[in-house]
Amino acid sequence: MEQTVKVYSTPTCPYCVRVKAYLKEKGVAFEDIDVSNNQGAAMEMVKLSGQMGVPVIAVGSEVIVGFDKGRLESLLG
Amino acid sequence: MYELIVIGAGPAGITAAVYAARKKMSFLVITKDVGGQAAWSGDVENYTGYQFITGPELAAEFEQHMKKFSIDLREGEEVTAVEKDGAGFVVRSPQGEYRAHSLIIASGKRPRRLNVPGEEEFRNKGVTYCATCDGPLFSGKRVAVIGGGNSALDAALQLVKIAEHIYVINISGGLGGDEVMREKVEANDKVTVMNESRVRGIEGETFVTSLTVERAGKAERIVAEGVFVEIGLIPNSEFIALVAKNELGEIVVNNRNETDVPGIFAAGDVTDVPEKQIIIAAGEGSKATLGAFRYLAGL
Repeated sequence: MEQTVKVYSTPTCPYCVRVKAYLKEKGVAFEDIDVSNNQGAAMEMVKLSGQMGVPVIAVGSEVIVGFDKGRLESLLG
Repeated sequence: MYELIVIGAGPAGITAAVYAARKKMSFLVITKDVGGQAAWSGDVENYTGYQFITGPELAAEFEQHMKKFSIDLREGEEVTAVEKDGAGFVVRSPQGEYRAHSLIIASGKRPRRLNVPGEEEFRNKGVTYCATCDGPLFSGKRVAVIGGGNSALDAALQLVKIAEHIYVINISGGLGGDEVMREKVEANDKVTVMNESRVRGIEGETFVTSLTVERAGKAERIVAEGVFVEIGLIPNSEFIALVAKNELGEIVVNNRNETDVPGIFAAGDVTDVPEKQIIIAAGEGSKATLGAFRYLAGL
């Protein structure tokens, strides 16, 4: 089943760049949410993850903080 | 058993890997991340051949160059121990152990911690070590930058555009760093510089709400939701006890990148080489591989 993937990021954080490059490489479609210019999205991210560090990746109802390749792989299959 | 294991994949480790690939050595790269501190840098205007490039862009170029070769890369893996093993060495991580006849340590540096109560508890809950990454999340908030050198000034100047107010909490009697940046920080109405001040603790509930700062023997509470720690870097050298280090924990190397243990080389910011620069780290990485190649030929 296709799950929605969202990436909350800032343009300048290197791990954000890496997460997005990784998803593109795997051919996973994702919504790229820039929290640096969207305060509402920033608050949504903080609520979702309980913390303020980027990137945050939401895969369906699962939330990953940081570029955790192992967890991403297991969630994306 | 590999001929070589490179630990780290910042500018030094990646360059070492490129040289090893071109020498057709059998080698492995083990690293926590790819790009190292270069990926966290702002604008780079002193890497020859690039008049202007950002740190993440340069790091991506390095990575592409390395991946042009089909190399054995274990990313996201942190080395926990290095020991002698017969004629070579064993490198351990939580994921496995690997053996090689020679090693290049290029594990770089990481941000120094304050080591105060609340710092670990509120990490990513207001406490951050990367203004470039996390700064935008503190839009309209009161924040504190800890430190008084260039990286602290850089963080403060980035935050001026985002935060409501910035406290710069500096342990010494006056700000250090470049004159140009210092003047900009000091002239900005949104910035309060607190000299001779020491952070004693970080407080909050779910997220940071304040920090306690000691100045002239008196503790005061500063209301802030963000704490940006910019107090310098320490070498990632704890995992290796075999080699000699200086008083800063940097691995001591000679001008051939040899440590005091034959077969173990080191390069880049983890070493005692003066001047921590991307271009220097890259050059040192190439020297380390050429040294390892020569060492292996002599075995």
